[in-house]
Amino acid sequence: MNTDREPVIRVRDLVTHYGERQILKGVSLDVYSGEIMVIMGGSGSGKSTFLRFLLGLHVPTSGSIELLGQDITQLDSQEMYALRKKMGVSFQGGALFNSMTVGENVQLPLREHTDLDDATIEIMSRLKLELVNLGGFDKLMPAQLSGGMVKRAALARAIAMDPRLLFFDEPSAGLDPVVSAELDELILKLRDALNMTIVVVTHELDSAFKIADRITVLDQGDILLVGTVEEVRNSDNSRVQDLLNRRPRDETIDPDAYMARLTNA
Amino acid sequence: MQYVISERPGAVLLSLAGEIDLSNSPQARKLILAQLDSGHALAVDLSAVSYIDSSGIASLVEGYQKARSENLRFALVAVSDATMKVLQLARLDQVFPLVASMDEFNA
Repeated sequence: MNTDREPVIRVRDLVTHYGERQILKGVSLDVYSGEIMVIMGGSGSGKSTFLRFLLGLHVPTSGSIELLGQDITQLDSQEMYALRKKMGVSFQGGALFNSMTVGENVQLPLREHTDLDDATIEIMSRLKLELVNLGGFDKLMPAQLSGGMVKRAALARAIAMDPRLLFFDEPSAGLDPVVSAELDELILKLRDALNMTIVVVTHELDSAFKIADRITVLDQGDILLVGTVEEVRNSDNSRVQDLLNRRPRDETIDPDAYMARLTNA
Repeated sequence: MQYVISERPGAVLLSLAGEIDLSNSPQARKLILAQLDSGHALAVDLSAVSYIDSSGIASLVEGYQKARSENLRFALVAVSDATMKVLQLARLDQVFPLVASMDEFNA
């Protein structure tokens, strides 16, 4: 990965809280143009929280998050709206509108954000459905799709606008191994053909190792390691190895902090 | 995006160059459809296209569909690597007539 380039995602000293509880404890990270960065970590590591802050869904306690050169913690809502047009997001649950056909769901961002001709929008949305192997399914309703198909339809909608940044929350969760592998292939192809920068949050090791240029390992709100697949595999950090080998964590408890959480004192 | 239209024997050559994206693909679409509306066979040179998004691809698809329905010859000429990658992603490299040069188009 050529690190001479300017990062398209630049996070510095990101600290976040949910209520009193600190979730991210000063995270810094660079992601470069055309790179596939996988954010890994166990449950409660802060990886989904990190994604939500990258998308500008919450305001951090402190720190900065630059996307395509703009610090999103400083943008007003109009500037954020303009930036969001260059971002695609595919959430874990799919989040399709059930009252619209699959095709209308994919067309929605184009109808909301562009003045393109109807014919262009329809061809674009069908092209995206072809890419995710849902060619010809545009007239179906989401309720008629399987879980894997919903996920792929959601991806088609996420890339409807040809975004420069694509964010993925747990792409493989709940999918059978074949569909999951197809999705991994598609992520790689999207990057190669459209030069998208892609951030994938996942706890699926196979998927992470297959698609990642680099992996960020989060643990309890801290970055344990940022490195290539090889570097992560060979890391001698015991927490990284616990994660790779699926060993339960054996953390020491801070009695005061624990009591404070239990008693809200 | 820049473009040049040149009349060739029996066809019009539309050469597109630079980046084709949401901001200018409607213009590319109009150029393509206008030539076909005039009943011209159309060759679209993409050798100098450095980036094309799916709105640009959609404009080419719509043009090709129109050409087919009106029995007009249509081809993409000297497709750049960047464009070819996008065509291949959508498997449209197996759909569009692709030629290396105007000589091949006229052959």
